[in-house]
Amino acid sequence: MKPLTPQRIARICGLLAVILFAAMVVSLRMGTYPISVRDIVLTLFRGAIGHRDAVPSEFWLVVFGLRLPRIALGILVGASLAVAGAGFQALLRNPLADPYVLGVSSGAALGAILSLLAAPHVPGAIQLASFLGAAVTIAVVFFLGLRGGHLDSPTLLLAGIMAASFLSAVIMLLMAMLPGRDLHGVLFWLMGDLTTSPPTTRVPAWFAFLFTIFFLSAGAMYTTATDLNLILSGEQEARHLGVNVNRVKLVVYVAASVLTGLAVSVSGAIGFVGLLIPHAMRMMFGTDYRLLLPTSALGGAIAIVLADTIGRTVLAPTELPVGAITALAGAPVFIYLLRRRMR
Amino acid sequence: MSGELERGRTGLGATTAVAEPPRIKVEQASYAYAATDRTAPTFTLGPATFEAAAREIVAILGPNASGKSTLLKMMAGLIDPLSGRVELDGQEVSKLDPRTRAQRIALVAQESELLFPLRVWEYVLQGRYPYGKRLRFESDEDCLMAGNALAQVGADAVRDRWMDSLSGGEKQRVILARALAQHPSLLLLDEPTQHLDIGGKVELLRRLQKLARESKYTVIVVTHELNLAAEFSDRIVLLHKGKPLRAGTPAEVYQREVLEEVFEAPLDVELRVNGRPRVMLRGIR
Repeated sequence: MKPLTPQRIARICGLLAVILFAAMVVSLRMGTYPISVRDIVLTLFRGAIGHRDAVPSEFWLVVFGLRLPRIALGILVGASLAVAGAGFQALLRNPLADPYVLGVSSGAALGAILSLLAAPHVPGAIQLASFLGAAVTIAVVFFLGLRGGHLDSPTLLLAGIMAASFLSAVIMLLMAMLPGRDLHGVLFWLMGDLTTSPPTTRVPAWFAFLFTIFFLSAGAMYTTATDLNLILSGEQEARHLGVNVNRVKLVVYVAASVLTGLAVSVSGAIGFVGLLIPHAMRMMFGTDYRLLLPTSALGGAIAIVLADTIGRTVLAPTELPVGAITALAGAPVFIYLLRRRMR
Repeated sequence: MSGELERGRTGLGATTAVAEPPRIKVEQASYAYAATDRTAPTFTLGPATFEAAAREIVAILGPNASGKSTLLKMMAGLIDPLSGRVELDGQEVSKLDPRTRAQRIALVAQESELLFPLRVWEYVLQGRYPYGKRLRFESDEDCLMAGNALAQVGADAVRDRWMDSLSGGEKQRVILARALAQHPSLLLLDEPTQHLDIGGKVELLRRLQKLARESKYTVIVVTHELNLAAEFSDRIVLLHKGKPLRAGTPAEVYQREVLEEVFEAPLDVELRVNGRPRVMLRGIR
């Protein structure tokens, strides 16, 4: 009998954080402008302690101006999607659930397309519109998923799938009306990519804002980790053991939806990370949500940073959308894991 | 009559209620199910009254849809009685907060499927949930209690196995161990013998009897097994179409006419030397 301890969580997460840092350095190194690992580490270090003057200006621009914001966006999106996916899998008691199963991404996409139609060149409009689209979808699906005043997992799942297909149909109709130039943008957005630049010049403040939302939502979900373990062994049994199942479901639904809306509104619908990473972490570290949620966050961040690095270097200077890379790499990996588990 | 009771005391699972005060009291408790708040109830459970003390086993018997599970849920505090009350050690169970309730009452329901694989010891440790903060890590005491619970049901050997690799009997014992890890005073079981062969059924009921006698549990079992209930329980509550028809010792409740009417089958009842009745299917001519 070896129950999970906070020390074990810290050990495993520390290891994953080191891997994430290595992935960041690799990603900072790759690109058309050559810069050595030593210079990257030095630049990061000097930037961290505020010695900007000691850094050559082109290094500063490449690391802090171009590559690091994109990596930070990748970390945010990967962590959000993986935690949301783990949350939805527990909430819906369905291992095939991913962050998009309840239509949040379709709602966000609809918002994005509407903003492209109405205000194509206003900075921040697409992020705001897609977040609003996600929020409206979250609210509508929530009310459709109620049964007897509480969230009912099968009802919620069906309501979400219906909402997603309805919204997809509307998106198809609207896309037929978009001019070709905007259509390309929408396609990239639907596949998911990290090229969208922040809607403000105050980049650090923008990221502080996004990461605050992430930590609040993921933190709220983490408070239910013990309850989720019990709910996964049976909702009724969890009630018998004193779990307030309805409260837990509400917290997880709102937190996972906000995380999905957050990721989708800044990067579009990047596929597979939210489905694959929680399963991969389960296979490596077990099913305990107290460990699964933080490892998923780190694993999702690593996956997106690596996928985006591949996407922008393989066919450089042409950039492939990160969503295409995650789907290309994710689907075979998932099938491999599934087959291995069956044996 | 008194001679019969005397013999009963010396036999298997004899009547013991005399010295112990009642632990759980069900007083005129009723319930009704309706499709919505406004429609007429589709099922009602009539007012039920009985009580059980520590060290006692009570069997709830009745055909399908007679209200057995509803009565059990009411005793578990999961549903409020429409009228009347259910008290555990003088406190109304539906008024207890969920964690306190889970520290005093363990309900072993008909098993549900695990979504992701789990080790036996992880499963049993879940029984310690009511004893900590909401986000909690298991203490040494939790592990000790879980280990004791596994030992009590004789499932030490399987503690590191996966739940889905267990046989039906092993699984039932592990589920019971999780309930014991809750350290409750009242143990409720909903058809625990359903998927077991006859050997497994007898083994489980012997174990429950031992737990009741030696560890002072009050055990309430919903079952379809007339003869096993007669053999192992101290009291029987017989339900029929949502009405509590009889409550008493097996010998008092097992009357041929009553059982034939309730179960709609030709039955014979004979009283054995240990004071416990036996039910047989009468040959169909």
